[in-house]
Amino acid sequence: MSEKEVKSLEEIFEARIARDEKIEPKEWMPEKYRKTHIRQISQHAHSEVVGMLPEGNWITRAPSLRRKVALLAKIQDEGGHGLYLYSAAETLGISRDELIEQLHSGEAKYSSIFNYPAVTWADMGTVGWLVDGAAIMNQVALMGTSYGPYARAMVRICKEESFHQRQGYEILLTLCNGTPEQKEMAQDSINRWWWPSLMMFGPRDADSPNTEQSVKWKLKRKTNDELRQAFVDQTVPQANILGLTIPDSKLKWNEERKHYDFGDIDWNEFWQVVKGHGPCNKQRIDARVKAHKDGKWVRDAAMAFAEKQENKEVKLAI
Amino acid sequence: MKNWPLWEVFIRSKNGLEHRHCGSLHASDATMALENARDVYTRRMEGVSIWVVPSAQITATNPENNGETFEPAMDKAYRHPTFYELPDELKHM
Repeated sequence: MSEKEVKSLEEIFEARIARDEKIEPKEWMPEKYRKTHIRQISQHAHSEVVGMLPEGNWITRAPSLRRKVALLAKIQDEGGHGLYLYSAAETLGISRDELIEQLHSGEAKYSSIFNYPAVTWADMGTVGWLVDGAAIMNQVALMGTSYGPYARAMVRICKEESFHQRQGYEILLTLCNGTPEQKEMAQDSINRWWWPSLMMFGPRDADSPNTEQSVKWKLKRKTNDELRQAFVDQTVPQANILGLTIPDSKLKWNEERKHYDFGDIDWNEFWQVVKGHGPCNKQRIDARVKAHKDGKWVRDAAMAFAEKQENKEVKLAI
Repeated sequence: MKNWPLWEVFIRSKNGLEHRHCGSLHASDATMALENARDVYTRRMEGVSIWVVPSAQITATNPENNGETFEPAMDKAYRHPTFYELPDELKHM
């Protein structure tokens, strides 16, 4: 294709997105659109899968059967969400194997929040409330994204995710209405998770070079800063109901803006964790690699069994 | 060893409705594809029947040829009821 032809295809493509048309897998798309989508969708898939690890740690120690079945169901959902997203990424012409390899080699990223440890039971509540709450904020905006398979995966995920946040909040509510020690455990948990949760929305708009292009492609319907503000506004009243204090001395309602003002995020910490120096980066990837390696014989055995059955049928037919 | 092939999953949400495509997954054979589809796509009573089809078995139209593939229908307005001019007194037709 000549450069001129590509340019005119690009113009038609951009116009379709501007008209809110969806783009489907086999249609022509600019190479950059394909690559950006593979990167973002796979990063999202990896986050779901790695996100199961800190919670998996608490299944056997859940304080009641009710909490245990809820936690199991939540983690199972996350495995499913990873699958929807991997499938969406695969429609762009990359294999599942390549995607997993990119995660294991560190070439692909996942949400940095999962590089923080979940050290108390209260963390299961806080992760559901804040981490899933922040994720939902992002995902609701993405239901209207331009790439059809990604948008459809988002609709399904959002439908399932609302129970995740509610079960987390209920855990905290119970702790906050319990003994002083339990309430203290809830407060300690928020003290540790609040700032990393705000970091989940990514760098400030001014430091986010891809934002403009992503907004144009509707891969982002709102900017990082807009979503972060919406999250703070939504979360502060919820903290008040729990009777917990958000660890930010600058947090204050701004009557003029009709939004909460909040303090500065430690961007140095953010970049450190993104670059692999968070508390659990190594542990998380090691766990994924080990699970994949240890599962290899199962995958191979299932394939060998399927082939054997197929051969048997052919023989019977003869 | 070969990788598990890809399967497309179709679900009938309740009797009276058609099966609809809802996603895809990898599985070593049809039985496993059905079991995985049940676990992944019907955890909240989303279905009463599942079909799985090997993705490689699906033949699809090429979107690049959408013009010539779907164009012939565009200029046949006489296939639609509104093409026919009838008096206003005539109701319910």
